[in-house]
Amino acid sequence: MKHLTALILAGTTAVFATAAAAETNIRVAMQLEPPNLDPTSGAAQAVDSVVYSNIFEGLTRFMSDGSVVPGLAESWEIAADGLTYTFKLRPGVMFHDGTTMDAEDVKFSLDRARAEDSTNAQKALFASIADVTVVDPLTVQLTLSAPNGAMLFNLAWGDAVIVAPESIADIATKPIGTGAFTFTNWVQGDRIEIARNPNYWGTPAAMETATFRFISDPTAAFAAVMAEDVDVFVGFPAPENLPQFEADPRFQVLVGNTEGETILAMNNARAPFDNKLVRQAVAHAIDRQAIIDGAMYGIGTPIGTHFAPHNPDYVDLTGLSNFDPEKSKALLAEAGFADGFTTTLKLPPPSYARRGGEIIAAQLRAVGIQTEIENQEWAQWLETTFKGKDFGLTIVSHTEPMDIGIYANPDYYFGYNNPDLQAMMTTLTSTTDPAARSEMWKQAQTVIAEDFVNAYLFELAVPTVAKAGIEGLWLNQPTAAIDLTGVTWL
Amino acid sequence: MIRYTATRLISLCISLIVASLVIFTVVEVFPGDPAAYMLGVNAQPDTVAALRAELGLDMSRPARYLAWVSGMVQGDFGQSYTYRTPVSQMIMDRIWVSLPLALFALVLTVLIAFPAGIYAASRRGGAGDIGVMGATQLGVAIPNFWFAMILVLIFAIHLRWFSAGGFPGWDKGLWPGIKALILPAVALALPQAAILSRVMRSSLLDMLGEDFIRTARAKGLSRRQALWRHALRNAMIPVLTIIGLQFSFLLAGGIVIEQVFFLPGLGRLIFQAISARDLIVVESVVMLLVFLVIVVNFAVDIAYAAVDPRLRVRR
Amino acid sequence: MTVPRGLIAGAGLAILFIAGALLSFLWTPYDILTLSIPDRLQPPSAAHWLGTDHLGRDMLSMVMMGARTSIAVALLAVGIGMGLGVPLGLWAAARRGSLLDEVIMRGNDLIFAFPSLVIAILITAVFGAGAMNAIIAIGIFNIPVFARLTRGAALSFWARDFILAARVSGKSPARISVEHILPNIANLMIVQGTIQFSLGILAEAALSYIGLGAQPPMASWGRMLADAQTLVSIAPHVALVPGFAIILLVLGLNLMGDGLRDMLDPRIRVARV
Repeated sequence: MKHLTALILAGTTAVFATAAAAETNIRVAMQLEPPNLDPTSGAAQAVDSVVYSNIFEGLTRFMSDGSVVPGLAESWEIAADGLTYTFKLRPGVMFHDGTTMDAEDVKFSLDRARAEDSTNAQKALFASIADVTVVDPLTVQLTLSAPNGAMLFNLAWGDAVIVAPESIADIATKPIGTGAFTFTNWVQGDRIEIARNPNYWGTPAAMETATFRFISDPTAAFAAVMAEDVDVFVGFPAPENLPQFEADPRFQVLVGNTEGETILAMNNARAPFDNKLVRQAVAHAIDRQAIIDGAMYGIGTPIGTHFAPHNPDYVDLTGLSNFDPEKSKALLAEAGFADGFTTTLKLPPPSYARRGGEIIAAQLRAVGIQTEIENQEWAQWLETTFKGKDFGLTIVSHTEPMDIGIYANPDYYFGYNNPDLQAMMTTLTSTTDPAARSEMWKQAQTVIAEDFVNAYLFELAVPTVAKAGIEGLWLNQPTAAIDLTGVTWL
Repeated sequence: MIRYTATRLISLCISLIVASLVIFTVVEVFPGDPAAYMLGVNAQPDTVAALRAELGLDMSRPARYLAWVSGMVQGDFGQSYTYRTPVSQMIMDRIWVSLPLALFALVLTVLIAFPAGIYAASRRGGAGDIGVMGATQLGVAIPNFWFAMILVLIFAIHLRWFSAGGFPGWDKGLWPGIKALILPAVALALPQAAILSRVMRSSLLDMLGEDFIRTARAKGLSRRQALWRHALRNAMIPVLTIIGLQFSFLLAGGIVIEQVFFLPGLGRLIFQAISARDLIVVESVVMLLVFLVIVVNFAVDIAYAAVDPRLRVRR
Repeated sequence: MTVPRGLIAGAGLAILFIAGALLSFLWTPYDILTLSIPDRLQPPSAAHWLGTDHLGRDMLSMVMMGARTSIAVALLAVGIGMGLGVPLGLWAAARRGSLLDEVIMRGNDLIFAFPSLVIAILITAVFGAGAMNAIIAIGIFNIPVFARLTRGAALSFWARDFILAARVSGKSPARISVEHILPNIANLMIVQGTIQFSLGILAEAALSYIGLGAQPPMASWGRMLADAQTLVSIAPHVALVPGFAIILLVLGLNLMGDGLRDMLDPRIRVARV
């Protein structure tokens, strides 16, 4: 009985607390729950969504528009040969447990990420670092084995955040970072709570507390927003519901871009897709607009190559693979498949793949290509399709930023082997001159589009539904992040 | 009786061992490597190998099976690959959602089914009976996940009487917790209530045909008095058996309903763990559910045998 | 012998759906393999009696094709259950009290102890989603239902005089089971089969609702519901149509099962959980 009374009392206080402080609390929903809260191991984007910039910070950081700006490093110098980076750290930065953040922590974090037994999912980001030296407590020097034009960009990733050796053991469940919010509570399966960090080195966050909730089911997501159980839903899973929110004065809808090139990948190493004519036929059989309308209810930008359209270096090559079923049939006939052929279409769980797959199957059927659809879970897709390369066609969104470099890897799942492009990418990595880099990006885009390596569908858009009156949310997702540091209620 | 209990106990242990073997085998052959899943598409092979070693996935299968089983016997269910927390703790967190939900649904089932079944039996063949039986036919035919969808649409989105899902946690108070479970419990209870009403009715009608009821009637009791005073108590045995079955069904069967209402229960945990290939969590939670059912069945058998010695010989 | 009204109504509903499913092999109002995005989510009209879905496909055609999947999956699952469960039950009854009997019955208990939906999910996680694996997953849980029922019913016959006579005449237990017992429990099996059939329809719907049943381009009611779930507030018919299809077919089968039981043998009792 005593217990019961305590419960009821707790309930009452909770109600008062919410009422009094409504304007400095925010409830944010997202689709997937992070498996743990360690951004430096594992690839789950949900981890970054919660902790990036809120809890953990790196030497550099992304802004919503994709630009890279100083983070924990307030300035840096790059030697003329491009091999030495000297970072000047911000003074007076403290971890949430009260310890100071200094050059030793930076060395520890970067050495840990690139170590032999590291479980960092993006270890390649650190591959060009040869050595990290502590110059003084606020100066740290990176020595590279070869120039890397993307170094500052690489250090802005969530996988490169600065952690402390004192708190590393419990990072998965009790993350201790330097960010504007501190971790307070995690009810697994339901929510994560964070609170304002009073000792933050920069502008303190306007929100006193923030709660992340995880709602994977699209119906439940719709209901939760409609019932105002949550204030913001980042990455709302059902684009078909967006018009309803737009029509409702209680809500605002933000449609931002991501780094996700959604492609119909073809197995270039395997017949019949080793034949360029077949790949070209597939590309011309696809009606991008029908897929964007049908699967994404109109949100998403058509792309003609593997590059983000909002990037200044993007080349619009959609005309090269315009929707032309007659041409597609002619190309198939030329390739010796006048009667079409049958192949497999492996679909991972996201709705762009499952819904898009049904539409693509119908479009391919129209030119004579029959597909056997197999829906796969991510783990299965990774093992059999991605790693095992057992597929004809598959649909996936490549969400890593600036990832055209995957075309230079002949062992990558779509099996594209072009020595010219590989050479171009090697040069690009070691080039630091922005104009030259820009030129090479453009060339690479054209090469893969002209080879019809994959059928390029659209750039994934990320819809955010928020209560009217919330400001400062990220519009775009240059990296997976729900940065709440600048969020306010009007 | 001792001999019977001992035999049943041995058979219980064999069942548990077989179940653990079946579960382990099935889960281990899942396609997909947990470590590769956790590290994503950009992971390098040495990173995956490092993580596999860290998770203990590089041990041989028999060694992992033995480690799992011997851990469980000591109450240690291992550590989740993805959450990096003890599985037993995850189960304890989730069971405080699933168990109350199952109990709540069961209470609703009984509250609906008893009056409905008794009413129908007392009006046998009448309009009331036909009405109740028609409703139960419908109740059995409605898929609970579809019913849940409709409930959310009406009560959460349009009327906004309830939140659409989620669970505030018992630390936020008793009422918010119960309120969050109302719609899911109703969705779970409806088909079960329909089944139980039918069992209640037919069991009562069977009893009304028995000799002792005829005797009671002959002594001057009305049909309704006979039903209330004598038939009801005796009709409870099959009804209780069904309730026992329904409880274990509700505990494990909430999986889809937990998904629709995004409740952090055991069902949703299994679902998440399967897609994340968190094998140890899948194995342990499924084993726990099977263990509960086997032990409940065992207890029921022993209870019956204690009451009715004839049952000690095999039925 | 009067035919119960419920049986007529139930059989009517079931036949309607079975006829629709059979007709879909020859003809559907529209081709469900052709998508038409501009025509999507139309409410019911003269052109589309049940409206169109989120990809502009005719819902009536989808329901007919979906009926085919549901009925085929449920029927084959019952087939697995009967095909394995009845012989096991007969065998266990013939060797009553033996180790074999014990093993069969404990095996049944063990299958019953597994949460069925969870096991179905595990099976599809191993073998991939698809109609065939849905059939196996549902079928496995039908085996103990039939095995138990058969054993129980068969045991009551083994004590009867006519079986005793057959035993005295030197017939083997196997022959007695097939020649004398099986015909006597056939009615019971038909009734239970109808009930399991309707449970199979519901199970198939649940499995394909969570994405583990038949895969596109095969139509399936459960997947239609899954596709419809976010659209229910925009175009309610997309959720109502497959929902009612499931309810009506299951209702029909249940009414039919109850009616058959009343007609064939009012004394027999059917397990229903």
